[in-house]
Amino acid sequence: MSKAFWRRFCRNKGAVLGLLVLAVALVLVAVGPLLAPNDPWDMVQQPFLAPLQEAGFPMGTDTMGRDIFSGVVRGARISLLIAVVSTAVSLLIGVGIGAVAGYFGGWVDATLMRFTELFQAVPSFALAIVLVAIFQPSVGAIVAAIAIVSWPPVARLVRGEFLSLRQRDFVAAAQLAGLSTPRIILTQVLPNAASPIVVMASLMVATAILLESSLSFLGLGDPNQMSWGYMVGSARTVLRQAWWMAVFPGLAIVLTVLALNLVGEGLNDGLNARADGRSR
Amino acid sequence: MKRLQYMATRVLQGLLALLVIATVNFMLVRAAPGDPVSVMAGEAGASDAQFVAQLRQQFGLDQPVSTQLGRYLAHVVQGDLGFSYRQQQPVLALIAERLPATLLLTGSAFVLSLLFGVALGAIASRRPGSWMDSAITVVALVFYATPLYWLAMMAVLLFTVQLGWLPGFGHMTVGADLHGLARLWDGAQHLLLPALTLALFYMAVYARMTRAAMLEVAQMDFVKTARAKGVAPGRILRAHVLRNALLPVVTLAGIQAGGMIGGAVLTETVFAWPGIGRLMFDALLQRDYNLLLGCFLVTAAMAVLFNLLTDLVYTLVDPRIDLH
Repeated sequence: MSKAFWRRFCRNKGAVLGLLVLAVALVLVAVGPLLAPNDPWDMVQQPFLAPLQEAGFPMGTDTMGRDIFSGVVRGARISLLIAVVSTAVSLLIGVGIGAVAGYFGGWVDATLMRFTELFQAVPSFALAIVLVAIFQPSVGAIVAAIAIVSWPPVARLVRGEFLSLRQRDFVAAAQLAGLSTPRIILTQVLPNAASPIVVMASLMVATAILLESSLSFLGLGDPNQMSWGYMVGSARTVLRQAWWMAVFPGLAIVLTVLALNLVGEGLNDGLNARADGRSR
Repeated sequence: MKRLQYMATRVLQGLLALLVIATVNFMLVRAAPGDPVSVMAGEAGASDAQFVAQLRQQFGLDQPVSTQLGRYLAHVVQGDLGFSYRQQQPVLALIAERLPATLLLTGSAFVLSLLFGVALGAIASRRPGSWMDSAITVVALVFYATPLYWLAMMAVLLFTVQLGWLPGFGHMTVGADLHGLARLWDGAQHLLLPALTLALFYMAVYARMTRAAMLEVAQMDFVKTARAKGVAPGRILRAHVLRNALLPVVTLAGIQAGGMIGGAVLTETVFAWPGIGRLMFDALLQRDYNLLLGCFLVTAAMAVLFNLLTDLVYTLVDPRIDLH
């Protein structure tokens, strides 16, 4: 099973590349402080140093003489952390609502789906802005806001899977065997719906990074955490003087999000056995 | 009859959505930091308990929450979205003043993204695996991963700072007293970069979707039939495949149109475009919660209206649409 998965995954060259980029990002998160010993908030050099102008500052310094390379390396941690946690939270909400709606059907399904559609009707980025602004920027508020705007697609996907899976014989068998309903949902149906959820989760982490960075760009990041979006945002008014302040953290975002999307496509190929026969 | 019933249901659902959004908005206004009464009492220099109680009574803040909500909703229905104390103007007047600029920007971006997205997706799907397909797929992937605001800043760096081809700030040349065609030309030049950078992300979405939909439709029996009948390949592509592949793309575009107004906050912030997005950003900076939530309410209402319109147009255009 897992061998076939890797074979299909590795046939997608983009996915392998994405996985490599992601591995590099994770290594940076782990050994970042060794590579970039400067505290990203500390003023360590003169302001507005261009990249490579001074040894030890490959990406230059910002308006206050802070090391941009250190910021980019440390920013990876908070971006990935917020993205992964908020995705996990929205998976919890989405899988919960979708599973209940799809398994029970009827009025439960109808009510939960109207509720979900209501959330989908609101522009998600505008809602995220308002939530973080009202509840004050902090890691917790940002995670909550991203989770609140991201769960509806998960709920719809899981509901669809559950609607078709609960008709299958193994569910009837589990019911006859006397398993409790929560147990059937969690141990019988959910594992069978796992593949599309995993694929969606990897794409959601990518979207969450974009959302988090956009919030930070607008000044809605956690004020105690150096993040890529904040760095690009602080470059906005000095773009003409210091292009490097915007270019490097932005490239970090693009590379990470691109890598995650590629890995998502690879996961889709790998987990979807039907893709085997199809020509690409 | 069934169709009318469906449309009526959708309109009711849209209205319900608006009601819920307004209610949530009311709760968010209450959750916003800073008690307006204590602020006002402080500014009046008289924060004794009696004066505060009097202010509370005057603004109806001593009433039960349900009464306050009812009054809030009544105000919203009448177009009263509150007062921006920072800008000393009613929120609705501020928004109305900025609305045309945002509609121009998002409307242009919407048209650009849909036109180019569908065209690129269709071209890519013609020969899957060809270098053209690969090139379009890679470009779409990259734009799909690029933050709107960063793309906007890079465009300013390249086209405004380096090449000097296009203006990267505002919606017209300040102080230039232009008229007629010259003014239109000036406006178009200012519009190009913001609209294009807002459009590219969505263009990537539509290109990917069009490509996938066209490849799927091309496998269907009616296409094989058309081919067997000897219909010219170009005509099959345009009249049979593209027309059917467009349905899911346009549906998605209708949903995304509302989201685009949210994305416009970023574009307008970078380009100092005088629309609702920039207004929201200014409200954020000044912690002007009344104005921020007013902008949010209008944005959300527009998104709901857009979804509703797409849906209604659909029931008229596509006879297969599920009426349940």
